Formats: sequence, C-alpha cells, structure tokens
Amino acid sequence: MSVIQTESLTKRYPRVTALDRLTVDIGPGVTGLVGANGAGKSTLIKILLGLAPASDGTATVLGRNAAHEGGAIREQVGYMPEHDCLPPDVSATEFVVHMARMSGLPRTSARERTADTLRHVGLYEERYRPMGGYSTGMKQRVKLAQALVHDPKLVLLDEPTNGLDPAGRDEMLGLIRRIHAEFGISVLVTSHLLGELERISDHVVVIDGGKLLRAQSIAGFTEATASLAVEVTDSDTHPDGTRALLDALAARGLTATAGTGHIVHIDAPEPAPAAGPGPEAAQEAVQDVVHDAVRDVVADLGLGLIRMEQRRHRIAEVFQDGREEVRS
Amino acid sequence: MTAPPAPDARIHDIGYRRYEGERLGAMYARCSLFVHSLRGAYGLGRSARSKMLPIGLFVIMCAPAVVMVAVVMTTGRDELPIEYTAYGVFMQPIFGLYLALAAPQMVSLDLRYKTIPLYFSRPIERGDYVIAKFASLTASLFLFVGIPLLISYVGSLLAKLDFADQTTAFARGLVATAVFAVLHAAIGLLIASMTPRRGFGVAAIISVLTIPYFAVISLMVVADEQGSPDAVGWIGLFSPGSLLEGFQAKFLGGELEFPGDQMLTNAAGAAYVVVIAAIIALCYFLLTRRYRKAG
Ligand SMILES: Nc1ncnc2c1ncn2[C@@H]1O[C@H](COP(=O)(O)OP(=O)(O)OP(=O)(O)O)[C@@H](O)[C@H]1O
Ligand SMILES: [Mg+2]
Repeated sequence: MSVIQTESLTKRYPRVTALDRLTVDIGPGVTGLVGANGAGKSTLIKILLGLAPASDGTATVLGRNAAHEGGAIREQVGYMPEHDCLPPDVSATEFVVHMARMSGLPRTSARERTADTLRHVGLYEERYRPMGGYSTGMKQRVKLAQALVHDPKLVLLDEPTNGLDPAGRDEMLGLIRRIHAEFGISVLVTSHLLGELERISDHVVVIDGGKLLRAQSIAGFTEATASLAVEVTDSDTHPDGTRALLDALAARGLTATAGTGHIVHIDAPEPAPAAGPGPEAAQEAVQDVVHDAVRDVVADLGLGLIRMEQRRHRIAEVFQDGREEVRS
Repeated sequence: MTAPPAPDARIHDIGYRRYEGERLGAMYARCSLFVHSLRGAYGLGRSARSKMLPIGLFVIMCAPAVVMVAVVMTTGRDELPIEYTAYGVFMQPIFGLYLALAAPQMVSLDLRYKTIPLYFSRPIERGDYVIAKFASLTASLFLFVGIPLLISYVGSLLAKLDFADQTTAFARGLVATAVFAVLHAAIGLLIASMTPRRGFGVAAIISVLTIPYFAVISLMVVADEQGSPDAVGWIGLFSPGSLLEGFQAKFLGGELEFPGDQMLTNAAGAAYVVVIAAIIALCYFLLTRRYRKAG
C-alpha cells in the first residue's frame, strides 16, 4: 500500500517552479527525501499536508486527496517544520499538551501521551522549564515530540538534523529509525545530505530543481553507486598502465571506467539475489570478489598499486550524474 | 557510589503505546485554542514574568470597584459613584494598556516564533484560528471589565442598595461591556496580527486608541464653542472610545460626557450602531484575509 503518492505534481511560484511534474510512490517505512537548498522538499511537504494548493497534478496521502481532504490527512499525520517554532516562555510539557489537544486528544490523554512522548524523545527533568533556555538538540526533540504526540500514522520531518552537532545528529537519526522500527509509524524525512539518510532509510527519493532525480530502495542505491577506486603506476611493459588495467578487467567481465590521472573506477556488479543472509552481506561478498580480482590483475600485469579504496557516492555525485550544474 | 542510570536504558524501558482513544473534532480543537489563549492573556501557563503585567493591570482595574463598594457601605450613599455602563470608558487608560499587551500576546507571538505552521498542520483550518483568537481576546477583555462590575454589583447588594435598580443597571453594564470588548478585540487583534514584533503592536494599539480619541474630543470642543452642538454627536463616530461612550449613553441609559452635554439625535445613534458593527465586520474580514497567507 502507498503512504504517499504524487502524480505529475507541479508547484509554480511567480518566479520559480518549486516542483516540476513530480511523480513518486512511497510505501511504508522510512523514506529519505534528499535535495539541495531550494530543491522543493519543504514545498512538497506543505502540499502533502494540504496547506498549499498544487498548481497541477495530484497528491495522495494515506489514500486521501491532499487538495480536498487536508483536515482528515492532518489528523493522521505529524509534521516537524524545518524552522524554529517554539514559544520561549512556555515549558515543553505545557506546549506539547496544547499541541496534542489541538489534534483532538482529550485533556487526560493529552497529558499521558505528552509524558510518554517526551520520554521517548529523551527529554526528562528539563521538560518543566521554559523552552527559551533549551539547546538546539533539546528544541529539535520537542519539535519531534509534538509531531508524534497524537500517534500519527505518518510523520513528515523537515530537516530534523539541521543545526545539530555530529553526536546530536546520530541520536536524532537513531530516534527517527526507531519511529518506524518500534513505533510502527512511517516517516518521510528530508535532508540535503544523502549520506546521513541512507543510513536510516528504506527508500531514498532524490529531487533537484523540483524534478525527480531518482527514487530507489537503499539496497538498489548502494548497488548502483558503490565502486572501487584504484590508482596504478605505469611499467616498462605497459607504458599506459591505466589502459592495460581497463582491458584486463574487461576481460574478466568487470565494468571499469577511467578516472582522472591514473585512477580507474570499478563498479561493483549486482549481487546475485538470495546470495546471502541479507543485502549487506551480499554486498560485502561481492566487494571481496572484486578486491581479489583487482589484486590479481595488477600483479599479473606487473603494475605498481598506489591505492585502492571503497567508495560510496555522495549526494554531489548523484547530482553530477543527472545534471551539469551542482548547487550543493 | 552507584552510577546514575543511563538515559538510554530508560528510553528502551518504555515500549511505545498506541493511542486508540477518541479524536475529538474541530470544535474541540477550537475550544482548546480558545482556552489556551484566554489563559495566556492573563499569563497563566506562562513564566512568572509574563504573569506580572496582566495580573497587575487587572488588580488596578478592580481597585475603583472595591473602593466604590467601601465608600457606599461606609457613607450610606444610595448609588454607586461610577455607573456600570461607564466603568470601561472611565478606566479607558488601564483598559487600553491591557489591550495593548493582550492582543500582541495572543497573535504576534505565534507569528514571531513561527508557531502558526504547527497550528495549521493540525486538523483546524485557518478560519478556525481567527475565530478562536477573536473569541478569546473578546472573552479576556469582557472579564477584564466584567469582573470589576461584578464586584460592584455584589458590593452594592451587600450595602442594601435597591435590588431592582442595581440588577437592571448591572445587566446594562454587561451589555455595554460586551460591545466594548468585541469592538476593542477586533481592532486590537487586527493591529497585532500585522506585526510579529510585540513592541510595534503595543505602540500601534495605544496610538489607535488614544490619538483619534483626543482628536475627536478636541474637535467636539471646537464644534460646541462654534455653536453647532449637533455636530458634536457626529464627530464622536471617529474614535473607538467616543463611539462606545455615545452608544452606552444613547441605548443603555448611561450619561454622556461629550462637550455640550447634549444627547445624541436618533439619526446619530443609529449611525453609532452601524459604525460599530461595520468596524467589527471589517476588522474580522481583514483578519481572515491576513491569515489566508500567514505561516
Ligand atoms: N512562498 C513562496 N513564494 C515564492 N517562492 C517560494 C515560496 N516558497 C518556496 N519558494 C521557492 O520554491 C523553491 C523550493 O523551495 P523549498 O523551500 O521547497 O526548498 P527546500 O528543498 O525545502 O530547500 P531548503 O533545503 O533550503 O529548505 C525555492 O526556489 C524557493 O525560493
Ligand atoms: Mg526546506
């Protein structure tokens, strides 16, 4: 079943087209929505909540039309905005209780759920203090808590790791993973870093300039983008060492391309389905095979091996694949 | 020495509990926002510092009522020194200050701290937000004037003033207070919603309440001295304070303190009602338009 579906969704502002015929189909689980600044991530979220009308196309959330059934969608969805949204002279408890009641929870349930949710996001004694004195990490937790307090079926998290230090970022990412794994709530989470989202997402959707760049499950993503970079020297028998390596690898059935200087990129082939206990194990097995092959080929040719490193493509490279211009 | 329990261990101790209970509809959400805002207008649920001003002003607002009751009880006068219908106008400076604080408290903070998108990410619609805030400010203003009136009323009964007279006058006072509250809430809320800066809101509201009022009074004095007493009543249409003063005098049996002391003509009285209603409707319309885009 789809949680979010869009069909040539378009949003035009007077000067920019924020979303350009975007068609995606997102299932349950954690989905990362990745894009550079201005890619249209927040615009998509606003349309999904029924807060902004689309210029064209349709959006469906939990089986309901976002243009006409916004109220019903918002009852079942939680939203964490990218910007600050907390009044400073109110305590986290007071604020989250109020937000729970705004979602229709009776007073006692609102209190119970607030206490539970604040504990789940890791806020303890601080929750009775005015929020003006909170650190960025604590504020992000309160923002997450208010999105979860009414037990939604789906949460839309707009850049939840924004402004956090590496440790805070890891904790937030862990929390987001738990929202699906333990709470059973589907998540759409945005970021401009593919690297951080691919760790916790089941699927990743990459958009740029309002257009869909790619939408894939994480397994598919890493298959396509994992590669091995090898740098070799020339030798007397092979004055063009790079060329000789490319040919020898091709003879062994490996796809390799020349990089800058003496570097050769070797794509990891697709692991055979059901080859191991899980996609990650299969991936590792394939990597071992490629490593061994490269070592053997280089030794056979008598080339010097300067370095060999495993690579996972980051967002900038994904953008380069699709577009000339990179803004991130 | 024992190590304190790691917070992480505690996180994992509580399993996630689903919420299977009822989800009350938009009406309940509106009421929640109404109550929350009303409490906020008196600083309840906010820091001690936020309570000081509204509660302080409220105490000052009640003081004349308490003094009046004490005077009536000790001197045995047979009526209250300030009429119920005139109490709000009499305490206009304190009332104006309270409005200038409460209205920005109610809407500017939501704009300034960008809490608005959170409200609109809930089932309520934009119009619901306006209705709830409007009702809430009206109620807080009504209480601000109405409670001193209640103190006066209870006091006057204890002092054995005439029950029927006092009850009629008190009822009229409540009607005047209701109109007073709705008109001021409409104006104050509209001004406050224009700016996320609380200071600007406070200054703008005080200006809108006082500048036209003093201009109107000056013009009335001039008109009266120039021998056109009829014009005095019509000039009163141009400030919220004089509108309400004329309204309560004409329709609720209060006294009119305009220069010349002449009662409004029927035509002018009708114009007062129309202008009051028109200002409320216009402010409300502009407010809903303002919130169509906000957030
Ligand atoms: N209300 C608006 N009026 C006009 N243009 C807008 C409006 N909101 C967004 N835009 C434009 O639409 C484009 C997409 O904006 P959006 O906020 O969706 O990007 P984003 O992916 O969330 O970026 P960021 O990472 O900076 O949050 C941008 O070019 C932005 O300038
Ligand atoms: Mg954004």
